Amino acid sequence: MTEPLVELRDLTVTFTGGPKPVAAVNGVDLTLAPGETVALIGESGSGKSVTLRQILRLNPERRSRVSGQVRVAGLDVLRLSGTELAAYRGAVASMIFQEPLLALDPVYTLGDQIVEAICRHEAVSREDARRRALDLFERVRIPSAARRLEAYPHEMSGGMRQRAMIALALACRPKLLLADEPTTALDATVQIQVLLLLRDLQREFGLSILFVTHDIGAAVEVADRMAVMYAGRIVEAADARTIVRAPRHPYTIGLLKSRAHGALQKGQRLETIPGSPPDLANLPPGCAFADRCFLAADACRTTPPAAEGLAAGHQVRCFRSADTAAALA
Amino acid sequence: MALSLAPKAAVPLVPFERSPGYWATVWRKFRRDPVAVGAAIVILALIVMAIAAPWITPQDPFRSSVLRRLRPIGTDGFPLGTDELGRDMLSRLMLGARLSLFMGVTPVLMAFAIGSTIGIIAGYVGGWVNTAIMRTIDVFYAFPSVLLTIALSGALGAGIGNALLSLTVVFIPPIARVAEAVTTQVRSRDYVEAARASGASALTIIRVHVLGNALGPIFVYATSLISVAMILASGLSFLGLGVRPPDPEWGLMLNTLRTAIYTQPWVAALPGAMIFITSISFNLVSDGLRSAMDVKS
Repeated sequence: MTEPLVELRDLTVTFTGGPKPVAAVNGVDLTLAPGETVALIGESGSGKSVTLRQILRLNPERRSRVSGQVRVAGLDVLRLSGTELAAYRGAVASMIFQEPLLALDPVYTLGDQIVEAICRHEAVSREDARRRALDLFERVRIPSAARRLEAYPHEMSGGMRQRAMIALALACRPKLLLADEPTTALDATVQIQVLLLLRDLQREFGLSILFVTHDIGAAVEVADRMAVMYAGRIVEAADARTIVRAPRHPYTIGLLKSRAHGALQKGQRLETIPGSPPDLANLPPGCAFADRCFLAADACRTTPPAAEGLAAGHQVRCFRSADTAAALA
Repeated sequence: MALSLAPKAAVPLVPFERSPGYWATVWRKFRRDPVAVGAAIVILALIVMAIAAPWITPQDPFRSSVLRRLRPIGTDGFPLGTDELGRDMLSRLMLGARLSLFMGVTPVLMAFAIGSTIGIIAGYVGGWVNTAIMRTIDVFYAFPSVLLTIALSGALGAGIGNALLSLTVVFIPPIARVAEAVTTQVRSRDYVEAARASGASALTIIRVHVLGNALGPIFVYATSLISVAMILASGLSFLGLGVRPPDPEWGLMLNTLRTAIYTQPWVAALPGAMIFITSISFNLVSDGLRSAMDVKS
C-alpha cells in the first residue's frame, strides 16, 4: 500500500463564535491515496465543506476549535507556521469554489490572476508564467485560450469561468485539488463537461481530488470512493459502486431513495427522509441520525456507533447495519 | 506530461470581442453621460484658467483705485465690474480659482491617502482593532464638519497651511468610514478566500484584491467631498481663518464684498457663483463616475 496523500485522523472542528459552540465536524477519519478521487456527500450542514476547508485551514481560526490531525503529503497541516502555510496552500493543495464568478477577482483579467498565483510560489519571470497560464487554459479546454487570458471574469460563460477557476487552482501544480461543489452553480449540460474535465485532469496531472457535493449522480460520475457525511461524521464510506448498489447505512439508503433519478414512475411519490438534520449546537448523545431513522433502536439513542468494517474499504457507523441490507430490497 | 486519452469535451463557442480593460469600460460609459462630460469640461476649463491666470488676466488683479470702486457688470474695460477697492473682478476671479481649487482638492487628496489607509487596515484586520480604530474615527465624525473645521483652524491660527491641515482632519473620518465599509465587503468575498486558498499573504491580498476593488469606490466618494472642501475652505477664508488678503480667493472675496451687497448685488454674488459652479461640477462628475463604475449594470 502506498503512502496516503491525505490523512485525516479524528478531525473535529467546533465553531465558538456564536452564543453556543457549534460542533460542525465530529471525528472525521479519511484517507486519500495519490491519484484517487473521493467524493464527500451529505446534506447542507453535514460538515462536508468545513472538513474540506480545514484541509487548507480556511476556517476562521480565531472562532473555531480544531483537534485531530490533518496530514497532506507528509505535512502536519494543523501545525504549519504562517509562511509554511502560505507555501503549502496553492502549491501542495488548492481549491476550486462553487461560484466561479464570485471566486475570481472582477477587476483583473484571468491571465493576470493566474500569473499572480504562479509568481507567488515560484521564481519565474512573468513571461514564463504567462506561457504556463496559456498552457493551462489549453489543458482545461478553453477555446481561443490566448484571447481568453485577456478576458475579465464577467465576460465569460459559467462553464468557461469554472474552467478558468480550475486552471487557476492548478497553476502551481498541486498534488491535491479540493473542490467545493464545483458544479452546483452550473447548468446541467455544463456540469457533466466540467466533471469529465476534472476526471481527465486528474489522470493527466496525477492529482488527488477530494470533492464535496450533494449530487450523488455527479459523485458517481467521477469518484473512486464516496464518503457520506451526517452531522459532522462520516457515516458510510466505500467505493462508489458499493455506495450506490449496496449501501448499508439507513441515511445513505434514504439519500439514494430521495433522488428523482431513474426508475421513478408517473404517479409514484418521491421518497424523502422525514425530519431535519440535528442542531449542531446540541447534538444527541447517540447516533445523530436516530431520530429520523426507520430502524432506530434504544441503543442508537445512547451511544454513538463506532465505525465498523464490513468489507474491504467499506465502513459504516450503524448498530443496525446487519438489518439494513434487507431494508434496501 | 502524459497526453489525455479522453476525447475533448464539446465546448460551446461564445462570440467574443477583445475585452476592454475595466477603466476603459468605465471611461466609455462616462463618455456617454452628457451631464458628467459637461461638468468635467467645466472643471478642466477652470483648471486651465487657474494655471494660466497670471498670464491671461486682462488687468492687474492687485491694482486698486479709489476712483472706480464697485463698478457694475459690463463697465468698459471691467466686464465683470470692480470690487470694493476698485480691482478688476474678472482678473481676481481668474486668479482666485488657483487658491480656491487648491484649497478644495488638496485636503481631499491628503484625507483620501490617510483615510483609506486607516479604513483599509481597520476593515481588513477586523475584530477589536477595527472597533478601536472606527470608534475613535466616529468621535471625530460626530462633530459637525463646519464646527470642527472652524474650531481646528481657530486653534491652530489663521493661514493657508493650518486651513489645509484642519480640512484634512475633517475629511479623514468620512473617507475612513467608507474605506472600512468597502474593505469589509471585499474581505468577505470568495475571491479573497480563493486567494488565501492559493497561498496569498495578507499583504498580497490587500495590495492586489482589496486595493484593486476598494480604491475605485473610495475615490469616487472622495471626489464628492471636493465640493464640500471648497465650500468649507471658502468659509474659513470668509471668517478670516484661511487665505489672507490681498490674495484673491473666492470665499475671501465673498467676505470683503458683503458690504456691497446692497449697492452692487450682482458683483458681490460673483465669487459665490464661481464656488457654486465649481462645486456642483465636481459633484456631477463624481455622480457620473459612480454610475460609470457600476460596470455590471
